Amino acid sequence: MSGTHYVYWLLFALMMIGLYVVISHGNLLKKMIGLTLFQVSVFLFFISLGKVEDGSAPIISPEVETYSHPLPQVLILTAIVVGVATLAVGLALAVRIFEAYGTVEEQDMQERDEDRHGAAS
Amino acid sequence: MIANLPVLQVLIPLGCAPLCVLLRRRSLAWLVFLMAALGSLACAAVLARQVAAHGPLHYAVGGWAPPYGIEFVVAGYNTPVLLVVSGAAVAAAVYSLGSVRTEIDDRRAPLLYTFLCLTLGGLLGLTVTGDVFNAFVFLEISSLSTYAMVALGPRRRALPAAFRYLVIGTVGATFVLIGIGLAYAVTGTLNMADLAARLAAADSDRALYAAAVFVFVGLAVKAAVFPLHAWLPGAYGEAPSTVSTFLAATSTKVALYVLCRLTFTVFGAGLVFGTMPVGRIGLLAGGLAAVAASAVACFQTDLKYLLAWSSIAQIGYILAGISLGTAAGVSAAYLHLINHAVIKASLFAAAGLVLVRLGSVQLSALAGLGRRMPWTFAAIVIAGLGLVGVPPTAGFAGKWALASALIEAGQWPVLVAMLVSSLLALGYIGRIVETAWFREPASVAEPSGAPASMTAVVWVLVAVSVVFGLDAALPASLAESAAEALLNGGG
Repeated sequence: MSGTHYVYWLLFALMMIGLYVVISHGNLLKKMIGLTLFQVSVFLFFISLGKVEDGSAPIISPEVETYSHPLPQVLILTAIVVGVATLAVGLALAVRIFEAYGTVEEQDMQERDEDRHGAAS
Repeated sequence: MIANLPVLQVLIPLGCAPLCVLLRRRSLAWLVFLMAALGSLACAAVLARQVAAHGPLHYAVGGWAPPYGIEFVVAGYNTPVLLVVSGAAVAAAVYSLGSVRTEIDDRRAPLLYTFLCLTLGGLLGLTVTGDVFNAFVFLEISSLSTYAMVALGPRRRALPAAFRYLVIGTVGATFVLIGIGLAYAVTGTLNMADLAARLAAADSDRALYAAAVFVFVGLAVKAAVFPLHAWLPGAYGEAPSTVSTFLAATSTKVALYVLCRLTFTVFGAGLVFGTMPVGRIGLLAGGLAAVAASAVACFQTDLKYLLAWSSIAQIGYILAGISLGTAAGVSAAYLHLINHAVIKASLFAAAGLVLVRLGSVQLSALAGLGRRMPWTFAAIVIAGLGLVGVPPTAGFAGKWALASALIEAGQWPVLVAMLVSSLLALGYIGRIVETAWFREPASVAEPSGAPASMTAVVWVLVAVSVVFGLDAALPASLAESAAEALLNGGG
C-alpha cells in the first residue's frame, strides 16, 4: 500500500513543511510563502486523487481509452483562484503593515506597539 | 418566484458588491448595501415561512440536477441562521450610517460596503449550499472580505490583527478542503445528501475518520472554538464598529451551523458521537472555553476586547449544546445561537457608540460617565445582564434550555463550568458598571452627541433581546424545528 500511495506521503510531508514555516517564522512574507506551500500541496493532493492508473489527460481523443478523473482538476481550478486571492490579500496587508510599522517582523511590530503605548501613558 | 428565492438571496448581495465599487460615493454605496441587506432579509423571511408551511426547498443551480450540479437547500436547520445573518446585515447597514462616517474616510467607505456585501453573500451562500465544495468556496468568499474589513479598523493594530486572522483562517479553510478531498476520495461525490447516503455504506473506513477530523478542526478554527480562538479578540477588537457588530452576530455562528449540518446530515451522529469521540472533545472544549475565556475577559482593559473574549465563552456554550447530540442539546444550542447573536451585536453596537462619543473604548476612559451618558450605559447593562443570563433577558432563556439539556444528559462538569462562567460574566459586566457609575470621571470633556442611527440600532437590538427573553416563542420554535430537521436527517 505504501508503495502505490507514496505520492500522498510526499504531499502530506510538503503540507507539514508549509505549515511549519507558517508557525516557525516571524517574518510575514515567509509566513505567506509557507501558507502558499501548504495550500498548493493540498491542491496537488486533490488532483492526485483523480489519477487513474494508465489514464491519460481527460481530453477526448480516439487513441485513448482510459482517462484520469477530470472533476478534481476543475475543482482545484476554483481553489487556485481562492489561493491567489488569499495570497494577494495577505501581501497587500503585509505592504500596509510595512507602511504603518516600518517592519514585517512580528516581534518588532509588537515591540513598536508597546513602545508607543509606553510613551502614551 | 419562490422557487428561485434560495439562490436569489445569495445573488442579491453578491451582485450589489461590484455596484458599490463602481458608485464610489459613500451615500450611494450605503444605499446599495442597505437594499441588499433588506432584500436578503425579505427573502429569508419568505423562505422561513415557506419552509415552516411546506417543508424543505431544493434548488438546482443552473438547472443541473443534483448530485452532479450544485444544490441549494433551505430547510428547518438553516432558516434561523438565514434570518440571523440577514437581520444582522440590516442592523449593520443602518448602524453604519452614523458609525462609518467617523471611522473611515470617504475614499475607503464604498470599499467597506463592497466587503460587507461580499461577506453577506458568502455567509448566506455557506448557509444554504448543499454541496461541500461549494461550501468551501463560500467560506473563502466571506473570509477574504472579512480580512479586508478588519484591516480597515481605525488603529494601526488592525493590520497585524487582520494578517493573523488571514493566516489562521486560511489554514482552517485549507483543513476543511483536505477533509472534503478525503471524503470525496472515499465516496466520489460532493453533494451533501449524496455523501450522507454513500458514507453510511462506506462505514469504518480510516480515510473517512481523517476526513471528519480535518473538516471539524477546520470549522472549529473558523468558529473560534477554544483553543483555536487566537484570531478572534484582535479581529473583533480592532475592526471598525460596524464590522465588529456584524461579525459578532454572524461569522462564528455560521461556522457553528455548518459544523451542525455536517455532523448530523452528512457524517451522521452515529459516526461522529458513537465511533469517534467528537462529542466528548466538544464538551471538554466548550466547558474550558466557558471558564477560561470568561476569566480572561475579566482582565481586559478595552471594552471591545472584553466583549470579544466573552464571545469565545459563549461559543463554548453553543458548542457544548451541539456536542450533546441530543434533540434538547441541539435545540438549546440554536436558541443560544440566536439570542447570543442579538445580545452580542447590541453590545458591540453600544461599544461603537461609546467610541464615537468619547473617542476611546478603554475602560479607564469610561470612568464616571454613567451619569453623563445614562442611556448608552443602560443599554450596555441590559444587554450585559443578558450575557450573564439574568431572567427575564434572552440570555436566560438560552442558558436555561442548555442547562436542562446538560442535566438530562448527566453532564455535570460542563454544567458547573457554565455556572462558573456565568459568575465570571457577572464579574466583567459588574466591572463596567462599577467603572461607569462609581468612579470619579477621569476627564471633564463632555461626550459628543450620539448619531441617531446608531442609538436606534442599539436600542432596537436591546429591545429584541428583551422580547426574546420575555416571550421566547419565536426563537424557541425556530430552534426546535432546526433540531428536528437535523436529527431526523430531513432535507
